[in-house]
Amino acid sequence: MKIDPIHQFNIEPLFTIGHIGHQTIAFTNSSLYMLVAVVIISLLMLASGAQLVPGRLQSVAEISYEFVASTIRSTAGAEGMKFFPLIFSLFMFICVSNLVGIIPYTFTVSSHLIVTVGLALLVFFTVLIYGVAKNGLKFFSIFVPHGVPGYILPLVMFIEILSFFLRPVSHSIRLFANMLAGHIALKVFAGFVAMLGFSLGAIGWVGGVLPLALTIALYALEILVAFLQAYVFAILTCIYLNDAIHPGH
Amino acid sequence: MAESHGGAKAPATDAHTEADGGHHGGGFPPFESSTFASQLVSLAIFFVVLYVIVSKLALPKVGGTIEARQNKIEGDLTEAQALKDQSEAALKAYESELAAARARAQAIGNESRDKANAQAEAERKALEEQLAAKLAEAEKTIASTRATAMSNVRSIAADAAGTIVQQLTGVVPDAASVNAAVDASLKG
Repeated sequence: MKIDPIHQFNIEPLFTIGHIGHQTIAFTNSSLYMLVAVVIISLLMLASGAQLVPGRLQSVAEISYEFVASTIRSTAGAEGMKFFPLIFSLFMFICVSNLVGIIPYTFTVSSHLIVTVGLALLVFFTVLIYGVAKNGLKFFSIFVPHGVPGYILPLVMFIEILSFFLRPVSHSIRLFANMLAGHIALKVFAGFVAMLGFSLGAIGWVGGVLPLALTIALYALEILVAFLQAYVFAILTCIYLNDAIHPGH
Repeated sequence: MAESHGGAKAPATDAHTEADGGHHGGGFPPFESSTFASQLVSLAIFFVVLYVIVSKLALPKVGGTIEARQNKIEGDLTEAQALKDQSEAALKAYESELAAARARAQAIGNESRDKANAQAEAERKALEEQLAAKLAEAEKTIASTRATAMSNVRSIAADAAGTIVQQLTGVVPDAASVNAAVDASLKG
């Protein structure tokens, strides 16, 4: 039995939607899990009731709402609430698709760089366009920190500009790499259990206890990471948007 | 899905044929650029759908529920405060009314006591006057009785003196001299 830890990331087309140039646009397993995430979020938010005293699901919906809202207020201020739908969509989409992806035999949408790059660029251009539209040229004052001596300013500005344009890179790779590495590690450790069992018989099954324990521990860690990376993505979005809203800081 | 890019290598690919990334075979799926377009298109579609659902339906609904609850709680608290104020006002009104009633009772008590005192005083005075009048009358009666008695005593004494003088001397004395002698002895 060959265990391929990469196989879980394969994109399997389910049916073709159309063509753009020479590219075939297919509805893939990734698309399916995006749809699953959208459906789960919609059900959670819309079908969980609107009671005065909330039930469990309604509590989850309201806690997500309050959580994202308070994150935005604390990092980007009250004006950041303009972007509440965007940040809420990002957070919920990443969080739900990550949590669904952690179930064995499912697919993790954010384990593909192109998806996280797409989301990070969405944030990047939102910041850039909103920042320029709202503040005009003043927006670019974020590249000129206060209180830096004149002779070192060009260097600092160069670093600031570079870091600004590298934001989508770190923003996307952080999420992608975390999900990818976590899933590979899980698969490798889980694979050890099966390999030991199949190759060494009874001794192997006993020896498999250790990697099994590790797998369980990793699994718990991955649940945390799935949530945490969604949170990190959302809070970084808030921080970037804060630059666009208050470029003076 | 027969068409692939780099068609020359494509037909040889093995078991897990992929729609548009087949020529990479056992490559690393996240870096297979031929799948990027499909993923980006589905991401764009589903993220826009999600954004619309979230911004038009989900957030207003959940936010509205939370706000309604907040308003309900605040409304209930204000109502409770109003009721509390009301009951405190009622208590205060009761207390002031009680104090007023007490004061009134005190006043009525004082008044009636004063009235009773005055009446008693008047009655007493009337009674005293009556008694004084009776006393005076009685004294007058006594005085007149005594005067009568005294005048009787004088005539009796004069008679007795006349009779005694007659018995002793056998001479009927002159009435005027007897009277003068009696008067002189009565005065003495």
